[in-house]
This record gives sequence, C-alpha cells and structure tokens, in this order.
Amino acid sequence: MSVSVPSGPMRYEADERGYFGETWGGRFMPEALVAALDELTEAWREAMADDAFVADFERVLRDYAGTPSRLYHAERLSELVGARVLLKREDLNHTGAHKIRNVLGQALLTRRMGKTRVIAETGAGQHGVASATAAAWFDLDCTVYMGAVDTRRQALNVARMQLLGAKVVPVESGSATLKDAINEALRDWVASVDHTAYLFGTAAGPHPFPSMVRDFCRGIGDEARAQCLEQYGVLPDAVAACVGGGSNAIGLFTAFLEDEGVEIHGFEPGGDGVETGRHAATIHAGEAGVLHGARTYVLQDEDGQTVESHSISAGLDYPGVGPQHSWLSAAGRATYTPVTDAQAMEAMALLSRTEGIIPAIESAHAVAGALDVAKRLGQERGPDATVLINLSGRGDKDMGTAIEWFGLGDAEEGPEADLEQVEADAATGPDTEAQQ
Amino acid sequence: MTSTSTAFATAREEGRAALVGYLPAGYPTVEGSIRALRTMVEAGCDAIEIGLPYSDPVMDGPTIQAAAQAALDGGVRTADVLRVVEAVAETGVPTLVMTYWNPIERYGVQRWAADLAAAGGAGMITPDITPDHGGEWIAAADEHDLDKVFLVAPSSTDERVAMTARESRGFVYAAAVMGVTGARESSSDLAGPLVARVRAGGDVPVAVGIGVSTGDQAAEVAAYADGVIVGSAFVRCLLDHEGDEAAGLDALRALTTDLAEGVRRARS
Repeated sequence: MSVSVPSGPMRYEADERGYFGETWGGRFMPEALVAALDELTEAWREAMADDAFVADFERVLRDYAGTPSRLYHAERLSELVGARVLLKREDLNHTGAHKIRNVLGQALLTRRMGKTRVIAETGAGQHGVASATAAAWFDLDCTVYMGAVDTRRQALNVARMQLLGAKVVPVESGSATLKDAINEALRDWVASVDHTAYLFGTAAGPHPFPSMVRDFCRGIGDEARAQCLEQYGVLPDAVAACVGGGSNAIGLFTAFLEDEGVEIHGFEPGGDGVETGRHAATIHAGEAGVLHGARTYVLQDEDGQTVESHSISAGLDYPGVGPQHSWLSAAGRATYTPVTDAQAMEAMALLSRTEGIIPAIESAHAVAGALDVAKRLGQERGPDATVLINLSGRGDKDMGTAIEWFGLGDAEEGPEADLEQVEADAATGPDTEAQQ
Repeated sequence: MTSTSTAFATAREEGRAALVGYLPAGYPTVEGSIRALRTMVEAGCDAIEIGLPYSDPVMDGPTIQAAAQAALDGGVRTADVLRVVEAVAETGVPTLVMTYWNPIERYGVQRWAADLAAAGGAGMITPDITPDHGGEWIAAADEHDLDKVFLVAPSSTDERVAMTARESRGFVYAAAVMGVTGARESSSDLAGPLVARVRAGGDVPVAVGIGVSTGDQAAEVAAYADGVIVGSAFVRCLLDHEGDEAAGLDALRALTTDLAEGVRRARS
C-alpha cells in the first residue's frame, strides 16, 4: 500500500473519528454501543485534560502499582551482544506486567463515569487478573470472559481471579479462545452498557480504545525516555517490544515517535514459523481487514473469515493487532518482525541465565528480536550503541510451558535441553534479521 | 431487483405490517437453506434477510451463532450466499443480505455491490456499520441502486436516530432491546418510543427486531411498527429438526403462517 505520511507532531495520532493515517482504526461497531463509546470518548478526553484526574492516576500508579519501573542495564547480556542493552522493568510492577497501568486508568475512568460494574476479556488470564485486581481495589463488580480452552490451560489464573472476587465465565463459542472471549464480552456489554464499563485489554478494538489504552500505557515510554537521558545522557539507538494486540509496545513507542534517529522495532509471535501457517504475526503476514471494531491487519482467509492464530505465548495469540501499529508499519515508522516460539524460548533461558530474570514468554519475543538488533547496531556503531527493550512481564505464569519445553523439574536427571548452549548461541551474529 | 420499500408499501396498503424473515445461508446446506427460505416466502414472508455466516458475530445470540457456525463448518463461501440470494429473489420477494462488514471488505465493496445487484438482491443490512463509518458502502449501494438498511437502538441519541433514518434506504432496522439476537418471552417497552423517534426523523419504514417468536408477539409489534423482523425463531425450527428436513420445513411453514396472521391482526 502506498501512503503519504503528513508532517507535524500529530501525524501518528488518530483523527477525531479514531482513524490513524485516514485508514486504520475507526469504529466498526453496532449502533447499540455507539452511545457508550461516545460517552467513553468524552469522559476520557475530559479526564486527560483534568489535572486532578491525571494526578490521581499518577498517585495510584506510584503507590499501588509501583511505577516508575526501573530502567536496568543488563551488563552480561550487553557484553554478549556487543552493545548496551537496557531493560524497562515492567515485570516488577504489581501483578507482574505493564497491564496494571491500563486497568488502573480504565477503572479510575469507570468510577468517574459513575458505573459500578466492569467486564473484561482475557486470553492467558493476565489482563483478567489485572482487571480483577483493579476491581477489588476500586470496589467494582467484575466479570471476566475467558475462552473455555484457556480456562483449562490457565487454571491458576482462573483461581487468582476468583480469589480477587471476580466471576470468570468460560466461553465455548467459536474457537473458545481470546477472540471469542472478546465477542462474548461485547455481547454482554450490548445488554449491560448503562451500568457497565468494558475494560478492554489492549490497544485495539473500536475508537477510543486504541488511543485510550495507549494513553494509559504511555508512561512506559515517557519514563524510559527520561531515564535513558538521565542515566546515559543519550537517547537509545533502538527501542523494542513484543506485539500481540500491542498495548505494551505502543506504550513504549509513543514517547519515541518524533525522535527520528531512534529505530522502533515490534516483534510479533512467529509461532512455528510464518511459513507453516501456525503463527500470530498479524502485521507481517496478515491483510488489512476489520476485526473487533477496527480496520487493521487481520489473519483471515480469502472470504474474510478470521483465521485461528497460534503462539506459544497466550498473551500474543491474537489474530488482530492494534490499528496504530498497522499505521506505524504502513507509514514506515516502525518495523515489525516475527520471532518464532523456539527463538522466544531460547531468549527466555538466556535472560534467566545471564541476568537472573525470568521473563514472560511474551517479553522473551522482544528480547530475542532486540538482541539481533543490538548485535547489528554494536557492529555498526560500537559498544555504546543502546537498545532499550520493554520487559513487559515476568515469567512465573509461564513455568508450566518452560517445564515442558526444556524438560525441567527433574532434580536427579537435570534439564533435558542443553541450556549451556544458549549463551554460546547468543554470542554469534544476528540471525533473526538475516532471515528477512 | 425490488427495493424492500415495495413490500412495506404493499403491507401499508393492506392496512398491516410486513413480515421480514431471516435465516443464514448454508444451514443446514446451501441447497437446504434455499428450500427453507422459499418455504418462508410461500407461507407469507414479505421480505427475506439472508445471513452471511461470519467467524466473529458479536451481535448474535446462541441460536443464530450455532447455525452460522455449522454453515461455516460445512464450508459455506461468500459466493454461495449470492447463489442463495439469486434463488430466493427469483420468487419476486425483496431479498436482502445481512452481514458483518469484514467479508464484504474482503470481497471488494464495489464488486460485492455489483454482484449482489446482479443476483437480484434488494440490498444489505449492516449490523456493525453505522452510516458515519459506512461511506464506502453508501457510495457503492447508491451506485447500484441497493437498499442500505442501518440499525437504531434504544441507546441511540435523537441526532443519531435522525441521521440513520436519513441515510437508510428500504427501511430502518430498530433493534429494540438492548442485547444480542434471540427469542424473548416479554416484549420491550423501549420499542414503541424508538419507532416513534425514527418516524420523527424521516418517512422511511421502520421494522422492529425484538426477539419475536409467536403470532401474538408479532401482532403486538405490528400495532406500532411497519414491519416485524423474525430471525432466531426461524433458525430454531431448523436446529430443532436437524437431520429431518421435511419436519424442519413443516415447522417453518407453521411458524410463518402464525406470524403472517399476527401481522394482519393488529390493526383490524
């Protein structure tokens, strides 16, 4: 698609009707929800312009969620790849991921709008747990829709949500995964909209969600940019994040959009490899379409039916993507590259062994892709070249997958996988980028 | 092709409401859905909506979801929907497609409008497109002289109801309960005022979809609306007789007869 990118500070921003670059996003929604979306848009705009709301949000983030998260220089990793690698430690936030920023913002807005009940969708359960947490803290009634397949795979998170006081509804329709949980939450919302807010879990869906969720997550990038300047006196050469729906990525990228010298990299779930068809690399391999209310890249068949996605990381396993990412890709401002399940798991082991940090598998996609960027930049610009990675979540929730993947857990036999090899592999030249 | 407005005009002349019946294409099979829809026409439906099965139908309740999913599992394609349109439109009854947007965008909006018109289709009902985000469809529909049926809901503001009435052609679809499709036992007190608001916005006919499943309910709605839309109750006839086509068609015929009698009862 040929595009012309207008100039000026608003060029990457949505217009009044929620379109990025005049094409992406918008609001393809039933009329029954338009009044609620208009009400939400107005409440969000007013809130963001209200110093008292902004101060309240900052206070809740600081005192309850633990932000600003640290920007940490991963020295052993840096040495391995020959460039400075910085990790934005969103994994250290309350509930273990960046998602708490979004739900606290939306819950504050819910209270401001006088609604008493929230609903949410969840895939692996992370957004569901964050929503249940915020609902407990704000004393809101909470119902979480979760694909029946996922409730069985993620029983621990179902239990966490229940302990926090939320009702978890298993969704049996369609493929019984995240996209169907979103469908079911929308069906609930059509019938309950007068007293219920939909805490959408990512920067996708109909306007205003892509812009609103971004605003609630953009502290990631605003903090990281200031921390990088303060700690190292320079802007990073590149920033990197994983992209499923894309809330952590847009939260990081937004602060750097106008810094033209900063490369922006999104890493998509490549699953078994894009060529196998079993992946969720929506921008890389999807086509423009409309899903869940926004025009964006969608994994779809030739009749426009949504195709089931695959990723080892449930949090990235979504056949759509936030529309602003589609625009940043089309406009050439950001680059989106698939990272396979195997590459992500290798990065999970590498970060664990070199830095003592077990990342979420989602975040491990960003680490895997960003290390190749770091190697290239290190070769081009020397060891002071700086790559800033959003470590969006911690990996405790993924230990079941790691046990299976690496053959862990048997103390007598030791791991089945040769984990020593991971560090040796990491020291060799860029491989993801070489495949492009 | 015949604009749906002709069916409403005829009904109005006869001092009654029009009966609009819905089934998804491809359930239980493409040919089976044609026979079912033709049965509904023979038994008294004044206009037909043919659903295009879609993987992510956010406005549909469990009944329509089940049939549409079965149709997709059976391999129904967008081109098959046009075949069903053609076979039903041949009867002379105004025939619309009801579809979520992505399959149309994927097919190509211009190409779809041309092919729908060529198949004899009267137009399209778009549950996830509102006129303010439907510019491409509106242009294509106008070019091919197709009905554009947009929805209003109890939550719609007066401004949006008026805008929707202005932009619609054929009729306005009043989704008169806040919720997804599906049969309901009690009628909504939101429907009458909603219809009145549409009428204040223009002279396009208003049909009400509200979970009607009996002639008595149809008569109630017909007292204040130009048309009564029935979907899930028809689908239920087929789901309840899966594997026994003759029984399914009998049930459809009996239900249509009851509903057609209902829409004639109200104002007599």
